[in-house]
Amino acid sequence: MATAKSENSAMKVASDSTLDVERIRADFPILSMVLHAREDRPGVPLVYLDNAATTQRPRQVIQSIVDTYEQHYANVHRGIHWLSDQSTDLYEEARGKVQAFINAQAREEVIFTHGTTESINLVARGWGDKFVQPGDEILLTEMEHHANIVPWQQLAERSGAVIRFLPITDDGQLALDALDQLLTPRTRLVAVTAISNVLGTINPLEVIVARARAVEALVLVDAAQSVPHQKTDVQALGADFLVFSGHKMLGPTGVGVLYGRRELLDAMSPFMGGGSMIRRVTTAGFEPAELPAKFEAGTPPIVPAIGLGAAIDYLNQIGIDAIHEHEMRLCRRAHEALGSIAGLRFLGPAPEHKSGIVSFTLAGVHAHDIAQLLDRHGIAVRAGHHCAMPLHKRLGINASSRASFYFYNTPAEVEQLARAIDDIKRIFRRK
Amino acid sequence: MPLEEDELYQQRILDHYEEPFHRGKCPAMTHSHEDENPLCGDVVRVELAIAPDGLIREAYFEGDGCCISQASASMLIEQINGKRVADVRDFSAQDMLDLFGAKLTPNRQKCCLLCWRALQSAVYSPVSTAARGADGNGQE
Repeated sequence: MATAKSENSAMKVASDSTLDVERIRADFPILSMVLHAREDRPGVPLVYLDNAATTQRPRQVIQSIVDTYEQHYANVHRGIHWLSDQSTDLYEEARGKVQAFINAQAREEVIFTHGTTESINLVARGWGDKFVQPGDEILLTEMEHHANIVPWQQLAERSGAVIRFLPITDDGQLALDALDQLLTPRTRLVAVTAISNVLGTINPLEVIVARARAVEALVLVDAAQSVPHQKTDVQALGADFLVFSGHKMLGPTGVGVLYGRRELLDAMSPFMGGGSMIRRVTTAGFEPAELPAKFEAGTPPIVPAIGLGAAIDYLNQIGIDAIHEHEMRLCRRAHEALGSIAGLRFLGPAPEHKSGIVSFTLAGVHAHDIAQLLDRHGIAVRAGHHCAMPLHKRLGINASSRASFYFYNTPAEVEQLARAIDDIKRIFRRK
Repeated sequence: MPLEEDELYQQRILDHYEEPFHRGKCPAMTHSHEDENPLCGDVVRVELAIAPDGLIREAYFEGDGCCISQASASMLIEQINGKRVADVRDFSAQDMLDLFGAKLTPNRQKCCLLCWRALQSAVYSPVSTAARGADGNGQE
């Protein structure tokens, strides 16, 4: 009976992926904001299209933060007292929610960090400093975020390793033809983004993992732009490390996740030293604690982690596949609506290879001016190099504008974006 | 539409952006400096022909960036063309913001002051004859 019921609801999601966006939006207090109102004129409603930078939070997540501080808060893994038990239970429950959400084999494989950046630095230090030798190679791609470049460059400086870059094609996909030549017996690690934060390209991770395996290289997946938007199964994927942030998936800032295969995490050195991460300290030295505490020195982001757990509950209730479907629709709609604007050039591949990230340039108008003028319409987009300077150099541009969607965005907002860009064009090149 | 009343994108500023004053290479360049805003990647390069007596015979700029960074560069270069090095030194950041005119948030003030910063360094940055001969040094 129970099986039939769960099959039913799963089928419902699969067949009817149209989200009730209006009902969803009512859960997000900030989305009903009106901007730029003055005595002499009404404001404009917020159109929030900067979700690749950070998402907004529903009441349920905000309430979980309030509830924790008001009723359950103390330090974790420390006290004998009742509140500390409460807090510890909630914190560990959140770890369990993350484990289930990405299908990790064990909860010890889920390390709470302060964000994607810290997660990558943790691997570069804890694994890289211990195992990478001079002349070893680390393979990145031209579409990486600075957070997945600089820690490896720093590791290369410390270790004498060599950094290589897998090129991209002109339409913003990984040039897989070059992969076999760049993967060598010296390649120790391939660090690759699951979804480009600029191009929106969904990368073929299965292919990369399989080929990396063939030369016995490890694979770290920067999943900051994918975990919030599409199904993640670390076991099916076979990734060695996978990292993401809470604030890009409805959670609070200040919490992120490092997933690592247990034997790798066991073999690594601790990243930061301090409380929690030790089993025993003497004047002569220390013994590190078991996983996951080994990598969680100091008081962890307790409340942000619990908030992330609430965010995962919310995402599960909506359904990650329905979220992905909805964003793909918005992306197609954006390509249709913006594609007819003269002088507008999309960065990245066709919509079928993309997530809900649409970056573009507009001839004669700098990205910052576009962002500033869109703001007058209440539309929030990102402008600049989006922490991906090597990618922009490869594309031959200094800056771009990026609209990035989440499941609470609507086709009407996409149309508004297109109309506003048209309006901006009237301001420039009027001669 | 709120855009019509937009002080930032008023006609005077757009005119400088779309038809800048002395955008290009300075033929008799003696001094030059390039500066960039690392946050957004906007670049401005100032090229000057300064006479031994401190007269700025000719001032030019090149650059890439937003309307504010490029329009403010055009305004500033027009302002100091034919003036003296001492006038540049006396021209404060506040003078630059006043010259630009439109009100700017602190973030966008950096865009407006980009050329001003490059100019303040350029008057102290003589270019050697050898460097002047070698072309293509403007691009990284």
